[in-house]
Amino acid sequence: MKRIISLTVQDRSGVLNRVTGLLQRRQFNISSISVGPTETEGISKMTLVVEVEDDQRLEQVTKQLNKQIDVLKVSDITDKAIVARELALIKVAGSSQLRSEINGIIDPFRALIIDVSKDSLTIQITGRPDKIDALIDLLRPYGIKEIARTGLTAFLRGHQPQVNELTTYSQIK
Amino acid sequence: MKVEAKLDFQTSTAPKTGADLLIDLLINEGVDTLFGYPGGAVLPIYDAIYRARGNIKHVLFRHEQGSIHAAEGYARITGKPGVVIATSGPGATNLVTGITDAMMDSLPLVIFTGQVARGVIGTDAFQEADVMAITTPITKHNYQVQDISDLPRIVKEAFHIASTGRPGPVLIDIPKDISAGELSQIPEEGAIHLPGYQPTTKPNPLQIKKLTDAITKSRKPVILSGAGVLHGKASKELTAFAEKHKIPVVTTLLGLGTFPANNPLSLGMGGMHGTYTANMAIYESDLLINIGARFDDRLTGNLKHFAPNAKVAHIDIDPAEIGKNVPTNIPIVSDSKEALVELINQTAESPDTEGWLETLNKNKEEFPLWYKHDPNGMSPQWLIEAIHKVTNGNAVVTTDVGQHQMWAAQYYNFEKPHRWVTSGGLGTMGFGFPAAIGAQMASPGNTVVAIVGDAGFQMTLQELSVIYEQNLPVKIIIVNNGALGMVRQWQELLHGNRISESILHSQPDFVKLAESYHIRGLKIESQEELITKLPEVFAYDGPVLMDCRVLQQEKVFPMIAPGKGIHEMIGVKPS
Repeated sequence: MKRIISLTVQDRSGVLNRVTGLLQRRQFNISSISVGPTETEGISKMTLVVEVEDDQRLEQVTKQLNKQIDVLKVSDITDKAIVARELALIKVAGSSQLRSEINGIIDPFRALIIDVSKDSLTIQITGRPDKIDALIDLLRPYGIKEIARTGLTAFLRGHQPQVNELTTYSQIK
Repeated sequence: MKVEAKLDFQTSTAPKTGADLLIDLLINEGVDTLFGYPGGAVLPIYDAIYRARGNIKHVLFRHEQGSIHAAEGYARITGKPGVVIATSGPGATNLVTGITDAMMDSLPLVIFTGQVARGVIGTDAFQEADVMAITTPITKHNYQVQDISDLPRIVKEAFHIASTGRPGPVLIDIPKDISAGELSQIPEEGAIHLPGYQPTTKPNPLQIKKLTDAITKSRKPVILSGAGVLHGKASKELTAFAEKHKIPVVTTLLGLGTFPANNPLSLGMGGMHGTYTANMAIYESDLLINIGARFDDRLTGNLKHFAPNAKVAHIDIDPAEIGKNVPTNIPIVSDSKEALVELINQTAESPDTEGWLETLNKNKEEFPLWYKHDPNGMSPQWLIEAIHKVTNGNAVVTTDVGQHQMWAAQYYNFEKPHRWVTSGGLGTMGFGFPAAIGAQMASPGNTVVAIVGDAGFQMTLQELSVIYEQNLPVKIIIVNNGALGMVRQWQELLHGNRISESILHSQPDFVKLAESYHIRGLKIESQEELITKLPEVFAYDGPVLMDCRVLQQEKVFPMIAPGKGIHEMIGVKPS
């Protein structure tokens, strides 16, 4: 199962290496990882999407991450009310004549054409990964020349529904 | 940053370089001994050591691996961090085995490695290695000093991290221009700032109550005692707790000595070469109380058959160990002593364990550890028993890994904690002898015996120079079977008797070798010889090497074969 794990870390040299090294050593598969600064100076946020087999492995990965001295907080936010976004850049083959046709496809996705050249168009899309996957599928017939994705970044919504109270990090099986 | 001269250092002169500051910081931390080896990138530090001589002792080893294993021995005995210094590049990479060993066995170490100057890091400079990347997965934490003003904080944090929570090695990589850099002002005294490191040491009262209730309801409870009891200095509390409720105790390999072997409730060591009684007790138990052990595979055997009927309670200061290998019903994240004191203070009815203890005692009588006496040679097990006798069971015993280690664990019945120094998790050959040096330095009044194999000893024997120079009365017992005994045993039992590269066809003359290092050496070939020589050797106030020729074919039994369950021991009785 894919889980979204949000990490608050000290912005120190080597911290990314500590996190990815740990996941590699404990045999956890990283689907995506994104890092960036937060509202607090010296503190960064990492969003990991990891593939884990079961709850026991999930608990183990959060506990191991928590042991890192530079990691301040670990939460599995998969089942919470969250906002999650990824950005993708997609370069499609085609001349500017295709532009209006492609605009028609990407419009419902609220994507934009941000670069046009003689034989290609570049589309920018922001959204949840499944939405990005859907657009990529639609664009495939035009001939995709290049894709670059940022990986998911996410945090909790301002309001959490009471009924869906789930533990962020449990030491109890 | 604001810099104030407010440190009250013990040296008379004001610090002049980063290295001088470092040595002052170490003295301030109460460090009395440095285990090290100099080299280019640590020349400024060695210059500072020279200037600070008299205030701090440095012991020069002959290989970096020797220095770090000695620091591990020191840490195991004192509970204080062992402090290691090595140079950049090969100096640092030679420490890797020891760092990993300390990480696996949770030993507190603070390791200083030299690094090339900041300006040339990343240019493949002479003796440059990416020590931070190499040691990240094998340290509890590591630092590279980028600014001299950070040094006081980093040193303070390193000692704090190494010695609190679940102990472990912390490495500080110091570029040469930092240690050589002149201090214009003394940096502020370091303050610990570790928001991401707050170990839980007090148990959750709810879980303590749950465990207490489970104890009352149990009929076949067993305690599994691991090295966490050593780190928590909780042996007395463990004994009080076990005796209060009449619960039998199994110890892990590293937990030997946490519970007195002669206590009627002691079942001995569990695991691959543990006692039949200990393993069957775990197998049949209805409540398993793990205190400070990590359910290592050499203890559990095949997890499918491990304690199948037991409710599992696990007390550990490291939450990541709970539920890692064995599903746990009652998790208690805590220091072992804090948890045991709480458990003892609970008013609770004790379980009726009389029938259970009777069954276990029957097992003890029917399936004791056994070996055959051979009239033609010396049994290694007998050798360990003889050492136990001559040292009154009071010596500090260190070992490598392998057959001799298991025989020492089985036959040196430890009554007290902090007497047993062995490489458990990593299983490092060459550990025992240098570890004995550190152990002897940590406890000058104690008898220290390095029980080592003939193969492992040859990996770190160059440290014989150190025991001569330091005049340390370490007794080295080579359990010499002319083979990589455990490898040979597995080849015999599990690889169709194909003895592949595990016999050492030529050996040095260990007696002459010892003599060449100015140390007394003796070769012992029979039991009679040993009986005559042993008292004299242990009465002698100086180092002695004994090359004890034992039966080559002897195997360690009983045994849980790899992949088998804890109830499937072989060799439980003489065939």
